[in-house]
Order: sequence, then C-alpha cells, then structure tokens
Amino acid sequence: MIAEYILSLDPLALLRAMPGTAAQGIIWGIMAVGVYITFRILDFPDLTVDGSLATGAAAAVMLIQGGMSPALSLVFALLAGMAAGLVTGLLHTGLGIPGILAGILTQVSLYSVNLGIMGKSNQGISLTQQGLVASSRYVSGDGRALFFLELIAGCLVLVAVVYCFFGTETGAAIRATGCNPQMARAQGINTDVAKVLALTLSNGLVGLCGGILAQYQGAADVNMGRGAIVIGLAAVIISEVIFGKLCAGRKMAFACTLAAVFVGAVLYYVAYALVLWLRMPSDYMKLFSALVVALFLAVPYLKDRRAAKRRS
Amino acid sequence: MGYMLEIQNIHKTFHKGTINEKKALDGVNLRLDPGDFVTIIGGNGAGKSTTLNAIAGTWFVDEGKIIIDGADITNLPEHRRAAYLGRVFQDPMTGTAATMSIEENMAIAARRGKRRGLRWGISRKEREEYKKKLGALGLGLEARISTKVGLLSGGQRQAVTLLMAALRRPKVLLLDEHTAALDPKTAAKVLEISDRIIEENQLTALMVTHNMRDAIAHGNRLIMMHEGRIIYDVSGEEKRNLKVADLMRKFEEASGGELDNDRMILG
Repeated sequence: MIAEYILSLDPLALLRAMPGTAAQGIIWGIMAVGVYITFRILDFPDLTVDGSLATGAAAAVMLIQGGMSPALSLVFALLAGMAAGLVTGLLHTGLGIPGILAGILTQVSLYSVNLGIMGKSNQGISLTQQGLVASSRYVSGDGRALFFLELIAGCLVLVAVVYCFFGTETGAAIRATGCNPQMARAQGINTDVAKVLALTLSNGLVGLCGGILAQYQGAADVNMGRGAIVIGLAAVIISEVIFGKLCAGRKMAFACTLAAVFVGAVLYYVAYALVLWLRMPSDYMKLFSALVVALFLAVPYLKDRRAAKRRS
Repeated sequence: MGYMLEIQNIHKTFHKGTINEKKALDGVNLRLDPGDFVTIIGGNGAGKSTTLNAIAGTWFVDEGKIIIDGADITNLPEHRRAAYLGRVFQDPMTGTAATMSIEENMAIAARRGKRRGLRWGISRKEREEYKKKLGALGLGLEARISTKVGLLSGGQRQAVTLLMAALRRPKVLLLDEHTAALDPKTAAKVLEISDRIIEENQLTALMVTHNMRDAIAHGNRLIMMHEGRIIYDVSGEEKRNLKVADLMRKFEEASGGELDNDRMILG
C-alpha cells in the first residue's frame, strides 16, 4: 500500500507547481519584511497584519474594478495598510492599550472595514484585465523568466529602501526604541512616535503585499489574511535559522537579513507545496505552520533554561 | 548668573490611596550653581534615585517645580528633557542599546535634543571623532567601534554611556549609582573617567552613591537624604575635611537611630 502511494506521487507535478510556489513565496516575503520590522526591530508582536493584508487586497481590487491601473492601485494598497498600522499605533501609544490587544482591536475592526470596501466577502478581477503587476497567468506563460526577474528586482529595491531607511537618524531611533526604550528616551527619542512610525511602515508593506497577492490570485477575500501573522513569523524564523549565522557580522548584515526573509517565505511555500503534493490534507496546514513557529520560538528559550540548569 | 538647576519644593507619592502608598519625596529643595558636582548619599528609600528620576522626567512630580538654566521643565516629557540632561544608570544595560554598535549608540546620543530626519544616521566625520573620544578612555574601544554594545563588559558599557552623556554637553549630568553594579576595580576606573569627563567639559553634575568614601572623595558638595528630604548639605572647605565617621554621626542624628542599613557602605 505504501509502495502504491509512493508510486502514485508524480515528481513532475511537484516540479510544475514550483514556479507558482516561488512567486507566492516572494510576494508573501514583502509581508514577512513587515512582520520583521515590528516583531524583530520594534519588539512588538503586531496582530494588525491579519486584517491589513486583506485591506490592501480589497483596496487594490476595488480600484482596479473602478478602472485604475493595477500598478497605481498598489500605492493605495500601501496607504490603506499604513492607515491600519497608524490606528494600532495610536491605540497603543495614545490610549495606553497593550500592544497585542491594540493589534487585535484593529484587526477585528478591519474585518468590517474590508467588507465595507468590497461590499461583500470577496471580489474578483476580470480575467481579461491587462497590466497586472503579478498574476498566476504569468508564471506559466512565455514571459515567465521576465516576470520572475521583475519580481525579484522589485523585492531587491524594497530591501534596499528598507535597509536605507533603518540606516537614517529616524530609522536608528526606531531601532533604539525596540532595543531599549529607556535608553531611547534618555537620548531624546520620542518612543511613542517611533513605535507609530514603525507600525505604519510595517502595515504599509503588508497592505502592499495584499494588493499584489490579490492581483496574483485574481481576487480579494475578506478571509485572505487569516493566520497571515503566522506565515510572516514562519518566514522570519526560517530565515533566521538558516541564514542567521551567515548574515551576522557582515558589513551589510541587515540587508542580508532582509533578503533572507524573502528566501524564508519561499521555503515556507515550498514546504506548503510539498505537503499538498504528498496529498496530506491541506486543512492541517495552519496547524502545521503554528507548530513550526512555536517550536522555533521555543528553541532559544529552552536552550537558555537548560544552560541555566547546568550552571546551578 | 542664575542657578544651573533649581528644584523647588518637589513632592512625590507613589501608589497614592493604596496600601502601598509611599511618600518618596517630601519637599526637596536644591539649587546648583554652574559647575557644581554634588554627591548624594542616604539609606534605602531615602529618595536619592527618586530625585534624579524626578529631574529626568521618568514620571511627573505631584507638586513643586524643576528649573534648568532658567527653563521650567516641570511639565516636559522625559524625551524632551533629554536635551538638557546626560544620564548614566545603575544597570549598565540601561544606558545603551545592546543590539546596536558602539558608533551607532554614540551617533544617537550626538543627536539628543535635535530633530531626527532622513539624513544618514552617522557621518564619516563623526566616526573619526568618536574614535578619538573612545581612545581617550584607554580601554581599547576605539578599535571596536562597530562592535555591538551587548558584547562589552559592564564597565565598558558604563564608560561608553558616560561618553554618550557628555557628547552633547548637558546642562546637568545625572549619575545614578552608576558604579554600584561593577567590581571595585572597574568601579574605580569608571569613577575616574566620570571625574575627568565632568572636569574637561565643566559639567554640573549630580551623583548618587551609597559609598560614603566615594561621596566624600568626589565633587565639591555633598548632600544626605532621609525619608524624602535633604537633611544635610555641605560644601567647600567643610566637605573637604569631612570624614566617614562624621557622616555616620550625622546620619544617626538625623534618623534618630542606629545605622542599620547594610546597603550603605562605610568606605
């Protein structure tokens, strides 16, 4: 029976799935960079992203339906995401609501906002729509190589922009706020402003990702962001496990880390494709992702505790 | 000339109206001339660090006024007061950002009180200047300028924090038991660096310590606090002639009892 199962698996099918898998991974990498900014740089577990991803998608799809060029619609996807992040930031810093709760409040309210934007739970883009920035049609067509080239180049530009931003005075202030808020305030940094900025920037990237993703799938869905935070975290953690040592201590360590996040996201989707290919029920994928994230988050803690036990 | 720091009758009670209510500051008045270097001693809960935190704006005082060089800062938030202040904390971890390099930490301190925009976070010229300043510490840190601060020892971190505090000449330097977490040899070295930085930049400084000998040996003025009040204030000739025994007697007089505080190091 096992032999039968193995024989029934088609290696070519896995291979055929790879371009789409890679494209999706790269697009989700944009979102993962946003998660990296809040989770790692700001040290703020931001749950807004589950909502802001769909907000970006909804904004892009509705604008495209209304006749806007798909490329321009992404600007508004970015802005919509930024607005969501701004709200979380203000809830947290202005009203003193704990970070996780502030994110959840925004996320929940965005569900209604997203329904409001779309008028129903999902909206599609016409099959004949021209000029999409990304589309599942592109990964199988003749222009495949060019599409991937453009996608990768776009992401490298994004890495460069984020890298440069965090090298500026304002970026350094955000990094200091995430690392040691007491030190930041003692050096005259308004830590509230720094947090709001980082949350706005992060969710802007998530909204942008949502907009591109909607174009890729040809539709936006109110549920498309559910569990997005886990995918983002998985990408960040996979990248750290594999490339952490490789990036550390380099001259451009941070740029290297950001690029690695994209690779992490692609690897996550490769694992996803593998699970589907093995015909495991895809319903369990979210459970599987959560377990992987929990495991990798626990490893440093458990290592510490074991080391402490050995010392005593 | 006016005072560099003027504290007028500040009060602070923590956890007001609860079973944990604690009157931390009970009418503190203090005036510092430019260039004054004041050491503060006192037992646990005397209000030493609380006074420094009141000046730094960790929270707002319940009553009273804080004026720095003529500017009333009583209602300014902590990050805006930073323009006037340099701070070094008891815990060496507190004063620096561990995941950032020495030069990045210094560049952040160099922009204290300035608008932070989208210019690059550190310039080549600055880097050279920092190397020079680090070299003067004599700890070999000038060669490790891009090392993450988290990899430095406690003493090295305090030395860097001191440099950062003085990078933009503060109106008042606040040293909050900044050698308490260090071993005696390192503590002596950091104190020596503190003295030099204060002297070179002619800073006005407040230094909290629980080491009576250090309190006597450093600065031109000494105050003793007890139960949220200043109970003894001595400067000039009288301070120079002060002995640890005098301080102990003074402390017993004021507190009306035996010195039973094991955190107060007699020297």
